[in-house]
Amino acid sequence: MKYSALSLLTNAFSGHKKWPLQWPDATPKKSYDVIIVGGGGHGLGAAYYLARKHGITNVAVIEKGWLGGGNTGRNTTIIRSNYLYDESARIYDHAVDLWDGLSQEINYNVMFSKRGVLMLAHSVHDVQSFQRHIHANRLNGVDNNWLSAEEAKAFCPPLNISKDARYPILGAALQQRAGTARHDSVAWGYARAAAALGVDIIQNCAVTGIKRGANGAVEGVETERGFIGAKKIGVSAAGNSSVLMEMAGLRFPLESYPLQALVSEPVKPVMPCVVMSNSVHAYISQSDKGELVIGAGTDQYVSYSQRGALHIIEETLASICEIFPLFKRMRMLRSWGGVVDVTPDRSPILGKTPVPGLFVNCGWGTGGFKATPGAADLLAHTIAKDQPHPINAPYNLERFTGGRLIDEAAAAAVAH
Amino acid sequence: MLLIKCPYCQEDRPEIEFSYSGEAHIARPLNPDDLSDEEWAEYLFIRSNRRGLHHERWLHAHGCARFFNALRDTVSDKFELTYKMGEPKAQVKK
Repeated sequence: MKYSALSLLTNAFSGHKKWPLQWPDATPKKSYDVIIVGGGGHGLGAAYYLARKHGITNVAVIEKGWLGGGNTGRNTTIIRSNYLYDESARIYDHAVDLWDGLSQEINYNVMFSKRGVLMLAHSVHDVQSFQRHIHANRLNGVDNNWLSAEEAKAFCPPLNISKDARYPILGAALQQRAGTARHDSVAWGYARAAAALGVDIIQNCAVTGIKRGANGAVEGVETERGFIGAKKIGVSAAGNSSVLMEMAGLRFPLESYPLQALVSEPVKPVMPCVVMSNSVHAYISQSDKGELVIGAGTDQYVSYSQRGALHIIEETLASICEIFPLFKRMRMLRSWGGVVDVTPDRSPILGKTPVPGLFVNCGWGTGGFKATPGAADLLAHTIAKDQPHPINAPYNLERFTGGRLIDEAAAAAVAH
Repeated sequence: MLLIKCPYCQEDRPEIEFSYSGEAHIARPLNPDDLSDEEWAEYLFIRSNRRGLHHERWLHAHGCARFFNALRDTVSDKFELTYKMGEPKAQVKK
């Protein structure tokens, strides 16, 4: 059914008890044209774009847990595209372009809010680096503007811009087109739209092996519910990408780290935008429920535990309290961790693999949510055409052998 | 926060005294000029990123300031053992 004001009104009369299921829980068929491993926003989106843009509807999305239960549901929902390098500007801005019309396209409110992302500069180095970013962004047609400390304070009143602050604010870069979205809606919206086009969504079904034929090409996946055949497999499994690639006999330049986030008790609207401070590792915005949503840094060691150490979030909260003194007495409600797969250059790997029929979308590190529609669209394109789109062509695996890295790690000087 | 036993100090100390130094037992090639691009990529970038028992290096930065190796389960974060630099790679029991 199409969601509309009328359907809302009609269902209000029946006490909202007659809404149909958003998508059926599919039983796996013997084989599909394409299997997507990983039911997060990236994987579900890829299935949706395969069906809608490329007419490939005999597709299954296989998820070991529940939809959006991995990093899609564990991030701080920040969307922006103010990255330094040309390749990055293109891929992240492609995603922002798609975010723009997404709610209408999939008839599901993903609550994309262009409230602006403010990146704080605390040192002369930050100022110079951000201004370089701003110039590079504007050359690439990505909006990004420099604000003085006073202008930043006017845009975001809770900021402490006093000269004697622990982390003085010398100015800020503002991407006005950036913002946040509702993460669960992204997974559910894509799932519903994909299922409506004929995609099978299979939850609670871990992939335990990837089967390859005599010629090396993929033939399907072994799962907890038996073998499922497919000539093309797209892996979009974030923190577990190394594990899945190993099933196909591939070793990848990835390391998985826990990344934490937390929310406060809900309060009235106080944060008008997203504020990021890379140098002190603090990311903050306010959800529509009123909670402050706070992102911390990664733990230092490889881990698949989906939880991190307390001292990491203590450091983040200490920074938040310095930058926003009025939050000092707020209580934190919940904290959690996700497992992020990080590449040596902090840019993703999105394209073909040395195994025929096996495609990969991984290495988004700490910043995959913002790329969801873009990565999904490009993965679908790569699978359908058996070759990458010009936007994701530079994000190949071979760059680690050839040396053509997209070194956003050096550009941002921190994980991002 | 993890408690880590430094094999030199022979004490369980809090994680903030240590810094993680990546996967262990990756030796720098002795013949850098002879290496192919693939071999350099393997040395520089490819990591096992094991889900399960993982060999890794730690530095007791705010203690004895020495590197040591560890075998840790990356699912539970539990340390199986820590051992001194130069000692043979810890065997993973099946």
